Amino acid sequence: MVETAPAQARPAGPGNYFRSVGVIVWKDLAAELRSKELLGAMLVFALLVLLVFNFALELDLPLRQAVAPGVLWVTFAFAGTLGLNRSLALERERGCWEGLLLAPVDRSAIYLGKAFGSFLFMAIMEALVLPIYSALYNINLFQPGLLLVVLLGSIGYVSLGTLLAAMAIQARTRDVLLPILLFPVVLPVLISAVNASAGFLSAAPMDQIWPWLNLLIACDVIFVAVSYLLFEYVVEE
Amino acid sequence: MIRERASATRMALTLVAALLLLAALGLVFGYAPREAVMGEVQRVFYFHVSSAWVGMLSFVVAAVTGGLYLSRRERYWDLVQISSVEIGMVFGLIAILSGSIWARPVWNTWWTWDPRLVTTSVMELVYAAYLLLRQGIEEPERRARFGAVYAIVGVITVPITFLSIRFLRTIHPVVIGSGDASALGGFAMTPKMLETFLFSLLTFTVLYATLLVYRVRLALRGDMLEARRNALFSG
Amino acid sequence: MSIRVVKLSKSFGSRLVLRQLDFEVARGEFVVLIGPNGVGKTTLLRILASLTRPSFGQVWVEGLPLPQEAAQVRRQIGVVSHQPLLYGDLTAEENLRFYAQLYGLDRFGPRIRGLLDQVGLLSRQREPVRSFSRGMQQRLSLARALLHDPLILLLDEPYTGLDPQAGQMLDKLLQGVASQGRTIVMTSHDLQRAAPLADRIDVLSQGRIAASFRRGEFPLDRLPSLYQQAVAAHG
Repeated sequence: MVETAPAQARPAGPGNYFRSVGVIVWKDLAAELRSKELLGAMLVFALLVLLVFNFALELDLPLRQAVAPGVLWVTFAFAGTLGLNRSLALERERGCWEGLLLAPVDRSAIYLGKAFGSFLFMAIMEALVLPIYSALYNINLFQPGLLLVVLLGSIGYVSLGTLLAAMAIQARTRDVLLPILLFPVVLPVLISAVNASAGFLSAAPMDQIWPWLNLLIACDVIFVAVSYLLFEYVVEE
Repeated sequence: MIRERASATRMALTLVAALLLLAALGLVFGYAPREAVMGEVQRVFYFHVSSAWVGMLSFVVAAVTGGLYLSRRERYWDLVQISSVEIGMVFGLIAILSGSIWARPVWNTWWTWDPRLVTTSVMELVYAAYLLLRQGIEEPERRARFGAVYAIVGVITVPITFLSIRFLRTIHPVVIGSGDASALGGFAMTPKMLETFLFSLLTFTVLYATLLVYRVRLALRGDMLEARRNALFSG
Repeated sequence: MSIRVVKLSKSFGSRLVLRQLDFEVARGEFVVLIGPNGVGKTTLLRILASLTRPSFGQVWVEGLPLPQEAAQVRRQIGVVSHQPLLYGDLTAEENLRFYAQLYGLDRFGPRIRGLLDQVGLLSRQREPVRSFSRGMQQRLSLARALLHDPLILLLDEPYTGLDPQAGQMLDKLLQGVASQGRTIVMTSHDLQRAAPLADRIDVLSQGRIAASFRRGEFPLDRLPSLYQQAVAAHG
């Protein structure tokens, strides 16, 4: 065999860790942009949920505005499970999951990479759903306060979701298991997000909204920390 | 690897549990006074809260044994965990149903959106999800590991759920259900009631421990049987 | 010793797959593991690859104990499985770039091109892996496994699904790799394919090494009957 250029390893350090996280995120994005399977599915699903709510709750304008935060977050929660499932199912094809586990990267780096990737997918879906929702329900959803809540809520959702999805896809009942596992435990995030969103949409005074924002931030911190620490137990063999 | 509790201890525990239960029944129906406003149905309270307490205790035990399993990898902790979950789920269900029985005559509704009741229901759902998770995994070691992880996640998120619902109740007036945010606790306790209540808590805790011992024993036996069967077929 | 395994046992639940297995591979040796399906060849390889933990016994890879030093071990091994471990939507070159970065390599451009050239895929580097035939995917998988210049190469039934021509290409590539002085452990159930390349052939049966044949000790045409004898004797 002809000698090829030797392998040069970078010196070890924190740079390597974040580089690993970054490359996993890049890989997920690149693969998804090529196939476009996931984003399409998430978007269509979200729109369908919106339509169903519209026809199921034939409401006049003020009531519609009152239920808007709830409908929005239910939509995000359902469409979000698609993203989480897909992000991890992607690795099961052609055995790529083992490819990740064989690499000398910290398991927590895999967690962060996957979680951040799922977060980006969810954000893209939300960015597409919000204007459509604004138009359909005649509400301006592009207020900075609301966008902040969407951001924080997505972080909390995706952090637990990635951990639980990693378990769900290793089970026989993988398709139905993720929502069953996720929804009971992600409730605090949804409750806080819905109430904070409602606060911003009804232009409530900030001191009424702050407690919900605080709770949401606290949930994010706790959920990310717990998932980060427990992830290695889920992916070891 | 089988740890057998001496059968004498087990029998003693069973006897104690049975006696306590009889005594508690006596106290609840004989000793505790009739509540002024709600009447006899209020007596459900003693077992309702005790059941909820056992439900929550089991939940915490499940999480603690989860942590123990992940750090020590001893199968015993996994068996204790599944036993605790099963028992806790049943007591949680008793708590919810007894809550309904209590609510109906008093507030004319089968369900109140009381934060504690809702949280208990969420806890039941987490229990159910736990069992479904385990059911979907064939390999015992992975099943134990995943169960441990989910139990830990549950014990952290459910109290936060409780806090968020309770906060919701304090700023929103009740829309559906009874008119009191702390509906299911809305009566004053006399000393006799308090004594009965504490005794019921004790009784149910001992009952939980007894059931747990038996259930773990059953699980250990099941393991032994499985091992012998496999040895027979692959030998 | 590049690989040393002492009294390794692995059980899945109550099913014992490997029973007190002893196994050694010297630096630069090419060992082929053969045995009936389900006997534990893949399990042994996965333990060496740090993907699975042993139940009992000790494993050292390049002097590093598993599972404690799993992270360090991963730097020293390259794995070719019967699944290619490649992302279908990415191109060949992108796949290798991904793994190069994951393995913490620097200035990997020339190395990637060199490896693609060696496995005969340089002209297809910008095509998505999805469009590759199985033989091409396996060759790319080999390039991926060699990216970080590992001391040890582990191959799990790499010839599965390859047509004769693709198989021959893999033969040549493996011969080249072997001549580089790497330690190679390969599992196979295709005796004819495995034999010419190996320094040593170990027969796995009933969770243990039943027989071991060194190169030169066996005529190739006698191998199938020797293999059957070993399995029957040990079974």
